[in-house]
Amino acid sequence: MNTHASSVNYLNHETGFKSWFMTLDHKRLGLMYMWSTFAAMLLGGSFALLLRFELFSPGKDLVSKDVYNHLFTLHGAVMIFLVIIPSIPAALGNFVLPLMLGAKDVAFPKINRLSYHLYLIGAVLLVLAILTGGLDTGWTFYTPYSTSTDTSVVIAVFGAFVIGFSSIFTGLNFIATIHKMRPPGMTWFKMPLLCWALYATSVIQILATPVLGIALLLIAAERIMGVGIFDPALGGDPVLFQHLFWFYSHPAVYVMILPAMGVLSELFSTYSRKHIFGYSFIAYSSIAIAIVSFIVWGHHLYVSGQSALVSIIFSALTYTVAIPSAIKVFNWVATMYKGSISFTTGMVSAMSVIWLFGIGGLTGLWMANLSTDMHLHDTYFVVSHFHFVMVGSALFSYLGGVHHWWPKMFGVMYDEAKGRFWTIVSFLGFNLTFLPQFLMGTRGMPRRYFDYHPQYEYLNKISTIGAAMIGLAVFMIFWNLWRSLKTGKKASPNPWGAATLEWQCASPPTPHNFDEAPAVGDPYDMSLIQFKSDEEGYLPINPCEHDPLICKVESTEA
Amino acid sequence: MSSDHHDSKLAHHFDDLEQQFDANKFGMWVFLLTEILFFSGLFVAYATYRSNHPDVFQYASQFLDTNLGAVNTAVLLLSSFTAAWAVRAVQLGQKNLVTTLLGITVLCACGFMAIKYMEYSHKYHEGLLWGNAEHSIFKENTADVASSVREHGHHWGDVKDLDPEFRRQTGIFFGIYFCLTGLHGIHVLLGIILMLWLMRRNMRGDFSPEKYDAVDCGALYWHLVDLIWIFLFPLLYLIS
Repeated sequence: MNTHASSVNYLNHETGFKSWFMTLDHKRLGLMYMWSTFAAMLLGGSFALLLRFELFSPGKDLVSKDVYNHLFTLHGAVMIFLVIIPSIPAALGNFVLPLMLGAKDVAFPKINRLSYHLYLIGAVLLVLAILTGGLDTGWTFYTPYSTSTDTSVVIAVFGAFVIGFSSIFTGLNFIATIHKMRPPGMTWFKMPLLCWALYATSVIQILATPVLGIALLLIAAERIMGVGIFDPALGGDPVLFQHLFWFYSHPAVYVMILPAMGVLSELFSTYSRKHIFGYSFIAYSSIAIAIVSFIVWGHHLYVSGQSALVSIIFSALTYTVAIPSAIKVFNWVATMYKGSISFTTGMVSAMSVIWLFGIGGLTGLWMANLSTDMHLHDTYFVVSHFHFVMVGSALFSYLGGVHHWWPKMFGVMYDEAKGRFWTIVSFLGFNLTFLPQFLMGTRGMPRRYFDYHPQYEYLNKISTIGAAMIGLAVFMIFWNLWRSLKTGKKASPNPWGAATLEWQCASPPTPHNFDEAPAVGDPYDMSLIQFKSDEEGYLPINPCEHDPLICKVESTEA
Repeated sequence: MSSDHHDSKLAHHFDDLEQQFDANKFGMWVFLLTEILFFSGLFVAYATYRSNHPDVFQYASQFLDTNLGAVNTAVLLLSSFTAAWAVRAVQLGQKNLVTTLLGITVLCACGFMAIKYMEYSHKYHEGLLWGNAEHSIFKENTADVASSVREHGHHWGDVKDLDPEFRRQTGIFFGIYFCLTGLHGIHVLLGIILMLWLMRRNMRGDFSPEKYDAVDCGALYWHLVDLIWIFLFPLLYLIS
């Protein structure tokens, strides 16, 4: 950041550990969330690579079957609770949301800091669980195994409980911020679509997460005191846990994908230099997904003995999720149509997601279907499906968003050619890893086993090679971003020519974001923003050029 | 900092006190919503087991002391009234009255916890606990029940000849009873801390008719704690 030593911004106005750790600034909290998710991603990714290398050939190669059980549990728990759920809402959302609203901060800065600290405490507890006996229940903590295994379940569920409250407080903050801190003139339908997506996400976070909280507390109560609510030996019902768990965890899937969809709406519009197509359809479809997300959890229990009638109802409801999801995809494609597309890293990520989310979304329908799901349940087909959605769609969008807002966060440009290249490599590696897993699944290879029959060997080999490609590419993406902090060119306030408000403040922003209240307009109208080569960025068209009289009046007043 | 030209009661990121008040109160309502859903898991467990075993719940409910439950209901209702009155008083700037009313609220809350403690300790001594607890008289196998409870527990005679399966399910009722009232009790304790904090701030002079969000939000929280008890009392004590 040598290029910015002279100007005061939120990165350099205070220094020292405490100025970051105890900060109330949403931008600093957003950055700390971002670095935390990156660190957790490296940890969870290492677990994934170990799993894939173990599966490179049948039999025991690298780790024992018990260690394998720990690894896949921790891979899931770390990636979900520490990476994906906080990724876009907490990291990008914290940084961008107040800027997009032209506000100085979120509504409750202290609660915002509390939720980051809770996230850290939860992360420490999860690591503690790893060190004190590990965790082999799968990230779902299904009873009765989770109440009988001798691994560190109590510490782990307490960690997940605390992280849950971090998520609730972030959601609460965003809802209050969007309701009460929009600037004059910004009506609901003049908000950027990321705000709609974050709003829908927050609704899910505040309504669903507490139910997970109580389910996890009951597991702890069960293990510590033997209350018996989930224990059939005491007259309890283990399926009740599955209901409570999925009442949270199915909506949680949309906590991962909805904000990603919001980021995509910004990326497609900006990099096509075209007004977003079907604004209100995209906005309403976010709300529709949030509502429907609460009434589809039963599709995780098709083989858990729930009644056939209930399964049929859940199946039909699950199909309806496809409608708002498809609306979004069609609108993004229509936004690109006849746009002036620039293949930045952000755009390449966004276009990858159309492919990955298309596959991930459509294969979801196979599992919503009762008859095919009986065959596919608990096979690698499911594994591949949710990786296409949660990694292929959510994490690719996250990385696309990180590249998009990187110049705003740090005031520097990353190396576009390298970023684009490694994003494409990760996209290819992703397909190589997970497309073969659909085949394994349809041919009956069960998930969560550390061994397999020789007939699956060549598919597993391809998959492992793909995983290594993703690992390398993600590492290089991080390296490219890291290097830009030292060597990147200075970024202008608006390098991409976007019309949302966060591009009206300096890059990086001052501690209080805006020196003067930004002018609110249509967030996707880019006609009044033009490229200025001497600024190496976009600027609003100077009204003086159109009407010199205005400037004369202003200069005489000054 | 840009707060020089701001009122000191106004956080820097708000435009005016009204926006700050609205945001705080709105945030509190959203938080109460999450609290309701936090309890909902236990209410779902209650509904499931009660609809599966209505006879068990009817039988088990007779072991709860309806009189103590009713007294506690009255105590909490009174405390909710004083909390609401405290909000009115702070709006009218009656500082000393606010302190008194919050004090009565705290006393009521402590009274509630004292009665709750009496109920819990009575149940503990009688072995009216969930099936897996050390002292429980609802263990499936009567031989497993601790001899001290068998000899001294007043209710042992009532349950010892029950069908083992029925007795075991009665233990689930007490599991749900202790989880629900225990979680509620934790909320009452948090409420006591909150009210004491509000009293201290009030005596320090932090509140005025223009700025009293904290009292308002604290009272809202307290009403929710009260409201949950209003549901728990009939659901647990008044089954017939």
